[in-house]
Amino acid sequence: MTQHPRSLFDKVWDAHLVATRPDGQALLAIDRHFLHEGSFHAFGMIDHAKRPVRRPELTFAVADHYVPSHSRAKPIADPEIANMVTMLEANAGRHGLRHFGLHDPAQGIVHVLAPEQGLTLPGLTIVCGDSHTSTHGAFGALAFGIGATEVSHVLATQTLWQRRPKTMRITIDGELGAHVTAKDLILAVIGFIGADGAAGHVIEYAGSAIRALSMEGRLTVCNMSIEAGARAGMIAPDDTTFSWIEGRTYAPKGALFDRAVAHWRTLPSDPDAAFDREVSLDAAAIAPSVTWGTSPETAVPVTAAVPDPGAESDPVRAGQMRKMLDYMGLAPGTRLEEVAIDRVFIGSCTNARLEDLRAAAAVLRGRRAMVPGLVVPGSVPVRRQAEAEGLDRVFTAAGLEWGEPGCSMCVGINGDLVPAGERCASTTNRNFPGRQGPNARTHLMSPAMAAAAAVTGHLTDVRKLGAR
Amino acid sequence: MDPFVTLTAPAVPLDIANIDTDQLLPARFLKKPRSAGYGNFLFHDERKPGFPLDDPAYAGARVLVSDRNFGCGSSREGAVYALVDGGFRCVVAPSFGDIFAANAAKNGLLTIALPEATVADLRRQLQETPGAAVTVDLPAQTLTGPDGQPLPFAIDPFKKECLIEGLDDVALTLRHQDAIDAFDRADAEARPWLVPGA
Repeated sequence: MTQHPRSLFDKVWDAHLVATRPDGQALLAIDRHFLHEGSFHAFGMIDHAKRPVRRPELTFAVADHYVPSHSRAKPIADPEIANMVTMLEANAGRHGLRHFGLHDPAQGIVHVLAPEQGLTLPGLTIVCGDSHTSTHGAFGALAFGIGATEVSHVLATQTLWQRRPKTMRITIDGELGAHVTAKDLILAVIGFIGADGAAGHVIEYAGSAIRALSMEGRLTVCNMSIEAGARAGMIAPDDTTFSWIEGRTYAPKGALFDRAVAHWRTLPSDPDAAFDREVSLDAAAIAPSVTWGTSPETAVPVTAAVPDPGAESDPVRAGQMRKMLDYMGLAPGTRLEEVAIDRVFIGSCTNARLEDLRAAAAVLRGRRAMVPGLVVPGSVPVRRQAEAEGLDRVFTAAGLEWGEPGCSMCVGINGDLVPAGERCASTTNRNFPGRQGPNARTHLMSPAMAAAAAVTGHLTDVRKLGAR
Repeated sequence: MDPFVTLTAPAVPLDIANIDTDQLLPARFLKKPRSAGYGNFLFHDERKPGFPLDDPAYAGARVLVSDRNFGCGSSREGAVYALVDGGFRCVVAPSFGDIFAANAAKNGLLTIALPEATVADLRRQLQETPGAAVTVDLPAQTLTGPDGQPLPFAIDPFKKECLIEGLDDVALTLRHQDAIDAFDRADAEARPWLVPGA
């Protein structure tokens, strides 16, 4: 009997089933568990129940959410923020976990650090108490965010109860145009299917435009799967994936690596694998994108105008559009390229890898920013390499600040905030009300587009400005 | 956690789609210990004049009726703590963020997904008769709005059992200890590269 054709997701899911209840709930084995400072609730739960960490060797703690973007020579001034960083260190130490702390030479945003260190591998199940854990799906892993109670469950059992999600394949064929990046691609996807378009589904991204992406680009795409409501996003591993992994600190070495690669080559979806939903997009039709509202689903080509709620037939939806425009301080019909900005932020788990910084620097080289801005690399290794290439000097010569690695102004809890009422061109993943600070206005875009906005002082089609 | 069986309480309508967990609990409160309660942080930055949760007509609401994609965004369980500590036991919406819905169930907060038109009608009834109560019967899987019409809803049987019994699922999982141990032994053979640096 031939085996039923299976998708990449099916193969990873099936390989991790520990037990299945009659009602369909599955107990999944978890291969990697990443923790950040927000894990204190979960440690409190297992400590209260006097439960040890079941697999410390598969559990990694990373300081990223609260770490300062400015000089780390002095202690963190705010005692509550300092406490978050030291509490993670104490919890990791007490349970014998590898801890990438503030002064670790590998420190960085967990979703940048783990792939960089070779901790993220194809075929793994990966969880973290952070919704952007979907990032790691770029390697063909099944990776998703969980809440504090589930974090405590994984700490105690190295498993998680889950209901098998549905599957959706998003195929993007063709070639992306000049200055159109992975960020524009995923913004176009979210604009097309909506912020809940993939709810309850695991997405597999496929097609020639996805295959052509670097690992950095694939990480950006999978990162924002959650902004389409997806449980996870995955991309089949290939030679691009294997050559990225080979030689990294925690990756398998020698014969073990070869054996792993042989297994990883069996993971891509079988030719006749079935998906619950199929969506297709043409890469060539994707333009540099920006968002106009307070949901990532408001992504549109930068050449568009602010939409008019008056043209919306559903009164509830029209009211919601007006509320977003009011928050964003935008008038219907305004061309997006005429919208002036107050600052830029280049960073986050979406866009703080070397390729992102190179793209931003290519636009900024030899130019001055019209507005203040902050560039925060995703990790210490990214920062070092960027400095070796002189990218930091491009940013500072343009008048932007060059920061230390962490989540920074994406979530604003280390103190890096967009002031109330200010408009920020941001390479992050969320434009929610108050996300970058109370009453801050966020426009999401690619690093090249944020750099172009910095140069002109307003939202700008980077294709008109060009790179240097 | 507190078991959830039935509830009759006032419900408050919130005509906003895509309510994300940053709105439910602004990030600057994430570093607060739970012991002091998260109720005062709920929708902290949305509390402007006219916000339904501050309308005295909806005082004592324990059910929130909102729009699609409720609880999208960040995985912060604090968003659920803020709702629970703010007195809520149930949220009704056309759809939910997956992580939010999972977190809610772990904390005794019932999430009920109903068709978009049904939820819109329920919000309209609550706007027309502010302070009206709704009744949730979890064992029967019905929600009865102000018009007295019982609306059947679907729920995952596992989630239902955990909510009704207030189960701690670590204890439940540890009943599968032998299966977990057997899985780990077989897996160590099949994927010797699993443990980093081993």
